[in-house]
Amino acid sequence: MLNQLRPALVLLVALTAVTGLAYPLAVTGIAGAVFPAKAAGSLIERDGKVVGSSLIGQGFTGEGYFHGRPSATTAADPADASKTVPAPYNAANSMGSNLGPTSAALAERVKGDLDALRAENPGRPVPVDLVTTSGSGLDPDISPEAALFQVPRVAKARSLPEDTLRDLVAGQIQGRTLGLLGEPRVNVLALNLALDDLAKR
Amino acid sequence: MTPNGWIQTALFCAVVLALVKPLGWYMTRVFTGERTPLSPVIGPVERGLYRAAGIDERHEQTWLGYGLAMLAFHGLGFLLLYAVLRLQDVLPLNPMVQSAVAPDLAFNTAASFVTNTNWQNYGGESTLSYLSQMLGLTHQNFLSAATGIALAVALIRGFARASARTVGSFWVDLTRCTLYVLLPICVVYALFLVSQGMPQTLSAYIDATTLEGAKQTIAVGPVASQVAIKMLGTNGGGFFNANAAHPFENPTALSNFVQIVSIFALGAALTNVFGRMVGDERQGWAILATMGVLFLAGVAVTYASEASGSSVLNGLGLTGGNMEGKEVRFGIVASALFAVVTTAASCGAVNAMHDSFTALGGLIPLINMQLGEIIVGGVGAGLYGMLVFVVVAIFVAGLMVGRTPEYLGKKIEAREVKMAMLAILCLPLMMLGGTALATVLPAGLAGPANAGPHGFSEILYALTSAAANNGSAFGGLSGNTPFYNSLLALGMLVGRFFVIIPALAIAGSLAAKKRVPASAGTFPTHGGLFVGLLVGVILIVGGLTFFPSLALGPVVEHLAGAAGQTFATGG
Repeated sequence: MLNQLRPALVLLVALTAVTGLAYPLAVTGIAGAVFPAKAAGSLIERDGKVVGSSLIGQGFTGEGYFHGRPSATTAADPADASKTVPAPYNAANSMGSNLGPTSAALAERVKGDLDALRAENPGRPVPVDLVTTSGSGLDPDISPEAALFQVPRVAKARSLPEDTLRDLVAGQIQGRTLGLLGEPRVNVLALNLALDDLAKR
Repeated sequence: MTPNGWIQTALFCAVVLALVKPLGWYMTRVFTGERTPLSPVIGPVERGLYRAAGIDERHEQTWLGYGLAMLAFHGLGFLLLYAVLRLQDVLPLNPMVQSAVAPDLAFNTAASFVTNTNWQNYGGESTLSYLSQMLGLTHQNFLSAATGIALAVALIRGFARASARTVGSFWVDLTRCTLYVLLPICVVYALFLVSQGMPQTLSAYIDATTLEGAKQTIAVGPVASQVAIKMLGTNGGGFFNANAAHPFENPTALSNFVQIVSIFALGAALTNVFGRMVGDERQGWAILATMGVLFLAGVAVTYASEASGSSVLNGLGLTGGNMEGKEVRFGIVASALFAVVTTAASCGAVNAMHDSFTALGGLIPLINMQLGEIIVGGVGAGLYGMLVFVVVAIFVAGLMVGRTPEYLGKKIEAREVKMAMLAILCLPLMMLGGTALATVLPAGLAGPANAGPHGFSEILYALTSAAANNGSAFGGLSGNTPFYNSLLALGMLVGRFFVIIPALAIAGSLAAKKRVPASAGTFPTHGGLFVGLLVGVILIVGGLTFFPSLALGPVVEHLAGAAGQTFATGG
């Protein structure tokens, strides 16, 4: 086995340098030159300050904003670092709920959310994505139905006509890629930025 | 289920099939040492490497020499990765000041990446420095993938050659695979991923102030360069904790589509390399057809189950399928398809949380891994795993008609069948033995996050994923403990090397055999009858071995859920 050591060592060092350093650094260089905004994380600035990334969801809670999906991300408990506390849309610690289909905790959580949403907008079926957490906890999107479902609440909080908001939502719907791939969706942060612009005018 | 869902699935299959021949042609030229379009650029680099390493390009190794070279290379690679992880706090490129990785987690992660498993007990953005991601993980992604392909090529040579002592040179196969196949594709692929919105930067994480005035720290990094090889090399270890569900690790429906295609691309093309090198492409297509039958059956079950949703939640009045743990931009079908692809191949990347799948939706990923990931499989590993089953199927066919079995003109005798059975049996030993151990020890029982049968499924999934070198998880299991870090690392090492060594031994003994001319009594191995026989053998061997364990987990859970029963933890 000793005569294998030289090729093993030389190839390991050389191929590590190529694949572990030269390759990622070259890609970083080219990407930074060709797609600078995307390579940096698709950040959105308003008034010179970074307000988020167009790809990363934010935890909206105010009545006057469209809400994203529930998020299962956590953060270290400030009181005890060995424990974690819920911290929705923590973009430094992505995760899903990992609750299984027969989990009592999942059924309780969904039931609570369903009751709240049904009270907010009675008589309409609650879109499934509004009561389920995403895989990453950072889903930037909701379904078009989920956006339209929230129109009455937002309209009331902002004193805007519901039809105006429905038009706003319609303008923010992204269809399937090439008409085939993925699902139709609405980016919540983009929708809320458009909403703020609308309210300013 | 919707027509659009099936169209997305059909499009996926069409693109993978279209890639089989061109990639197969190219890879065959690479591994037989013929000129390729890239030779003028890469050739000088390749020859320089051989000179520096003291490798004679024309010197080939016996199966034992090939195996020892592979083990020496992996031993050193393991030490290097372990060292980088343990020392990341004092090494450069650590803008978020991550501390050194704990010894048991570093051991687990090193074993995980060296064996092409890429189990994620580490938290990605919350644990690793950029240097660890690049120098540690990205480079092992390349080298463990290249090793898998090299081993498959060595086994193919065993079938293709007659009266030969050697099966090729590990050093040459490894170098060629890395430089000619993986690296060029990855450069283009990574740039495509950036164009879809995937970050590629060495800057520190970004602090944003949200519209509602909260602070949000957004993790970024050199993501695209790692994700490209993670998918192409069927590694699957994520840059981020949430893996390909994370919007930065899989920004669009298009990036998702290309990612699943790239998981299957090389593995599917290797069946064509096999056909070309043994001189009959139909043999490769027969293998691919077998994989295709099993794959489509899996997609149908998982898609149907996820689209109809969880009985418990449907009972609350929800419709629209099971969206817990799934992303809106992918929806049901792209998540179900991804789950079946990633476990059919030994990728283990996930774009949705398998732990939250319906019971039957999560059953298929488990079965895919338990069968040894032979449906396309890990790059290389899938093909040599499938060829091991071919040996057994041929043996069974021989028993039925009372003739010495032959495959591609090679007599399949006691030694080959023994080695094949050894490779097939070591997987259930680790998967089921490990699960049995974890379900009786307190340290093992502390792991599951869900109660009832789903908790058992979490343990079974972890051990299965480790031994099958997959790396996907029912993520609720708290695997980052000394007990699971050690047990799973052991599972990964046994699952990798105890399949590789017997497969190489088969290659060596086949290469040495004379070729028997085909006669009227030779069983043709390129037709539907052979495909049917092979599917049957795989399902019978896999079914008999694993059905009891599946009955205790997903099957019971499905029945309980249908009756509306739920399980609470701590009760």
